[in-house]
Parts: sequence; C-alpha cells; structure tokens
Amino acid sequence: MSKKGRFGIHGGQYIPETLMNAVIELEETYKKYKDDPEFVKELDELLKTYAGRPSLLYYAARMTKDLGGAKIYIKREDLNHTGSHKINNALGQILLAKRMGKTRVIAETGAGQHGVATATAAAFMGMECEIFMGKKDTDRQRLNVYRMELLGAKVHSVTSGTQTLKDAVNETMREWTKRIDDTHYVLGSVMGPHPFPTIVRDFQSVISKEARQQILAAEGRLPDVVMACVGGGSNAMGMFYNFINDKDVRLIGCEAAGRGIETGQHAATLTTGTEGIFHGMKSYFCQDKYGQIAPVYSISAGLDYPGIGPEHAYLHDIGRAEYVPVTDDEAVDAFEYLSQVEGIIPAIESAHAVAHAIKIAPKMKKDEIMIICLSGRGDKDVAAIARYRGIDIHD
Amino acid sequence: MTKIQDAFKNKKAFIAFITAGDPDLETTEKIIISMVQNGVDLIELGIPFSDPIAEGPVIEQASMRSLANGTTTDKIFDMVKRVREKVHIPMAFMTYANLLFVYGKEKFFAKCREVDINAIIIPDIPFEEKDELLAYANKENVDMVSLIAPTSMQRVGMIAKEAQGFIYLVSSLGVTGVRSEIKTDLDSIVKVIRQNSNIPIGIGFGIATPEQAQKAAETADAAIVGSAIVKLIAQYGKGAPGPVGEYVKKMKDAVMRAAK
Repeated sequence: MSKKGRFGIHGGQYIPETLMNAVIELEETYKKYKDDPEFVKELDELLKTYAGRPSLLYYAARMTKDLGGAKIYIKREDLNHTGSHKINNALGQILLAKRMGKTRVIAETGAGQHGVATATAAAFMGMECEIFMGKKDTDRQRLNVYRMELLGAKVHSVTSGTQTLKDAVNETMREWTKRIDDTHYVLGSVMGPHPFPTIVRDFQSVISKEARQQILAAEGRLPDVVMACVGGGSNAMGMFYNFINDKDVRLIGCEAAGRGIETGQHAATLTTGTEGIFHGMKSYFCQDKYGQIAPVYSISAGLDYPGIGPEHAYLHDIGRAEYVPVTDDEAVDAFEYLSQVEGIIPAIESAHAVAHAIKIAPKMKKDEIMIICLSGRGDKDVAAIARYRGIDIHD
Repeated sequence: MTKIQDAFKNKKAFIAFITAGDPDLETTEKIIISMVQNGVDLIELGIPFSDPIAEGPVIEQASMRSLANGTTTDKIFDMVKRVREKVHIPMAFMTYANLLFVYGKEKFFAKCREVDINAIIIPDIPFEEKDELLAYANKENVDMVSLIAPTSMQRVGMIAKEAQGFIYLVSSLGVTGVRSEIKTDLDSIVKVIRQNSNIPIGIGFGIATPEQAQKAAETADAAIVGSAIVKLIAQYGKGAPGPVGEYVKKMKDAVMRAAK
C-alpha cells in the first residue's frame, strides 16, 4: 500500500473515513495547481500586492553590536499584511478552496494570527468564514477575536478539553466532518493529515526563498544559523525549507518551555515528547505513558500545542535541525529587549527565537551570520505582557 | 469465521457502545452484565482518549469523566478479564490510534487475546493506514473493523473487499451523537457493500429510538447505539445498570422485529 505524505516514519493520514474524500480532493487539487502557471501567478500577485511581499531582511545593527557576536539579520514576517507569516498560507489555501468550488472556510487558531489571516483572506475573496479558538485563548487574545469578527468571521469559543489550540483543532476537525461539500479547512500549520503538512510548508517556503536570495545579495554568502520559533512549526518550516540542502547552515527551532521543563508546565514537544499518532499525523507529542495527550502550557497561545509537524519530527530524527527550549521568562525578556534595542515589538511567539539568539549570538564569531525569523508583530501581546509584569491593562 | 460472527447468529443484531470507566469501572462491569442479560449481541467498549475527534459532546464528556476518575488502559484490561468470567458474547474495543501505538501494538493485542477481546474499531485509522495495526491485530485473532462513511461512495467497494468482523456503516456526516432523522441513502451503500463482501453490516451514528434501530437492522444487519446509552449513564451514574438494561431490551426487541 502506498504510504502517502511521509517524512521518514512521520506524517500519514490518520483521520476518520468521513474526511478521507476531502483530503484526497485537496491533494488532487493541489497537485493540479501547484505548478499551474495561472495559479502560481495569481498567488504571487496576491502576495506582492495584497500581503506586501517580499518581506524585509533587516540587518539588526544595534542588536549585533550589543551582543557582540554574530551579525544578526531579522526576516520581517511581522511586516506582512495582518502582521504575521500566516497570511502566506491563508491566501494560498483559500485560492485552492476557490478552485475546488468551496464557498466556506473554517480554521483553528491559537494566538489568533492564523484566524485573522484566514478571516482577512476570506473577506477579500468573498468566502464565508468560521474560526475555532480555545476559550482560554479567546480570553487572553480578545483583541484578535474582535478583529476576526470585524472581518466578518464567526468566532467559536471552544470550551472542551484544555480550551487551547489543540482543542480548537479538535473542534475544527469535528466541524469539517459535519460539512464537507462546501467547506474547506484552512489548517494553519505544517501539521495534520497529508497533504496539509506539505501544502502549508510549500506556501510558507516563500520565507526562506526570499531570505536566501536576500542574504546572498547582502553578504554574498549563506548564513551560519537560521532560527525560528516552533509550535506546530509553520514559520520555522517556511524559514528552514530552502536552507535544508545547504548542509553548513544550522537550523534551530525554539520551543516553548513555559515555566520551565522541570515544572512540567511547558509545550516543548521535541525536548520531552514521545512518538505518537494524533491530529491526523504520526509525530512527537507531549503525552503520558498511556498516550493521553498532555495539557501543555506556554505564555504564547501560538506555541501552546502538544505536538509538532511531521517534517520537523523528521528533521529532528535525522539531526538536520536542532530544537531548543525557551522559557516564558526568557521570551518576555526578549520581547522587551527587541522593543528597546531595535524598536521592533515582536510577537511573543517570535520572541522565543529572539531569546535564543540573545543566548547564542555572543558566543559566535563576528564574521558569522544569523537570521531570525520574526514570524509576527507583538501588538496583540502588549496587554498580556504588561499583565505579566504586574501592570493591569486590559485590551 | 471469527467470534464476532456469533453476534449475528440470529441474523439481526443489536450492538451497544459504552465508555469504559464512566462513571467508574465497577459500574461499567455491572452495565455490561445488565446489557448481556437484556439481549445485547455485541459490546463495543470505549477506551477513553483525551482528544476524541470523532465523538460528539456526549461521548467526549463520558471520556473526560472516565479519565478524571483515573481510568487507564491497564485497568480496563483488568476489568474485562473479570467480566469475562460471566460474559461470553463477542466484545470489541473502540478507541484512538495513539492509545494502542503508545501502549505498544504487540502488547496491546496480546492482552486483547488474553482477555478475549475480539475486534477493534479505530476511527482515526482509515483504509490507507490500516497496515499500522492489521497484522498485529490479526496475529492475536482480533478483527479490525472498517468504517464506511456516506462521503465514501467510491471507496465502499475497496474498503468492503478487505473488511473483517463486521462493517461499521456511519449513517451520516459529522461526529457521534443522537440525530432526529437520518437522511443518507444507506440502501445504495449497503448494496455496494453486499456486492463486495459477505460480512455483516452494522449501522451507527445517530440511532436512539427503537424505530431507528429497527430500520437500521432492516437496511443492514445490526443497529449500533452509543450516545443514547451514554446519555443514560450520564443521567443515572452508578444507578445506570437498570435503566440501561431496560433500554437495551427495548432496542433488541425492535431489532428482532427486523429479523421477521
């Protein structure tokens, strides 16, 4: 039997029979259009004229000087329309949905970035849109909930399970099994059943396609280190993809270590997780010895997920990418650091990558180069960080 | 012929699902015995999973109640072993791929044989991924039940040809749960299954009333009921064995009317 969508042993299609036709239809549609000149042109045009691509590769001179080590470049996905990398995938998938004749899209969201991107693309392309978001996240990201509603989406607050991203995925999958004919599930990360990990990676790979050209233009050579934060792993996969064959480029994914690995309150899947089958894929998951999925924690709603995309699991297995844990405290410090040193407020998710850069850049040589993927902007997090610092602001 | 076929010795069968450990394993044991005394032909025992993506709220909440009480796969095996001293009808486990995978596939199915579990139903293992478990299950005489959904008309023949035990025909789109009306054209799906397979067909998802059960048994070979029973258990708690038994008797009688 053909084993579809595998990355080493990871990936696959572990979903209810009711959804099989939908993923087969998606796979066939994607195969048909991914190299279709019309489709590629339409998406490129949208990315350019609507999303604002290419995004800048910014040389962080002050941060470089302050840390005293590697030359630091920042890939500014925060400057995209809607404020994060999520728009790259949302536009691509909604174009595919249109090709499939769908009139309605549904999506899960953690921090709300993917929900906002999907709601935006749906509004722009005239599609009905419903977003599922854990209740804990609708509470801590209220501004994004209102933003999605403003864009015409209906937002469902998910009260099952841990009321975070994993439960939002559960509920979106359930919704999809109820209504398939006119509905496409715009999965937001490089996870879930085949073909989603491949489709989302391809749509996000524009990040490294640009970054590779930009760094060659700026420095005449490839970087030594490329870094990104990892929840499900979409900005990291997009940032890594075009560097995978450049064997001398170190790829580093930064996972959420929450209150610290030793406390058990974290979402560091590759640091502590074990192999499993969940959300349509074989990969690594935070779980107990019976395979019950663990209630994970992170200050960042976007990284608060107990699994990781199957291609990351594979890159981890073969040692091509490294995955490191970064705590809440470190991420909040980095959030403030980048704001003050570079005048750039990063998303708390992206701040996890910035935090690790702060740790390793000083140990690198001055002629070495590092690129950090700044997956999103931090406006949505300002109130939550203020509260973390004991200042009572509500958005 | 596997033990699962015993369930269909009277031509038509009533299949019941309950979540193991809801409200606790002692009560589950009593509910099983009560259902057997009232004529159930096959029991699907759910091993609760933290994230049951194919379930509606009724069974999801039962899973949460069970897990909150400390139910584990090992404790369920122990309970089945005890209940098997009194219960001899075919029994199946219904659960999610991760629980088997993490427990260890070989160990899981060896234990199934040991406690006489005869089939396994895994909603998140479709036809394309069944190699993940099939050989391990069959090695220990456990049938792997295939699900067929109303979205899979082109897939029905392919799935039916390789089906084991019985075929679980999902009545309608969506997750498990009670429905007032079932609109799917089940007759034409059953026809294609019959052309490709001799094994019995059970219809599930949304069946709650005796009328629906009779109709399912007329269309196919068995009615499968889960959420309606789980709702009774949620309502009566430790007192559920009696009311569940009465309900099973009513449903079994309806199914037997289809045999005439």
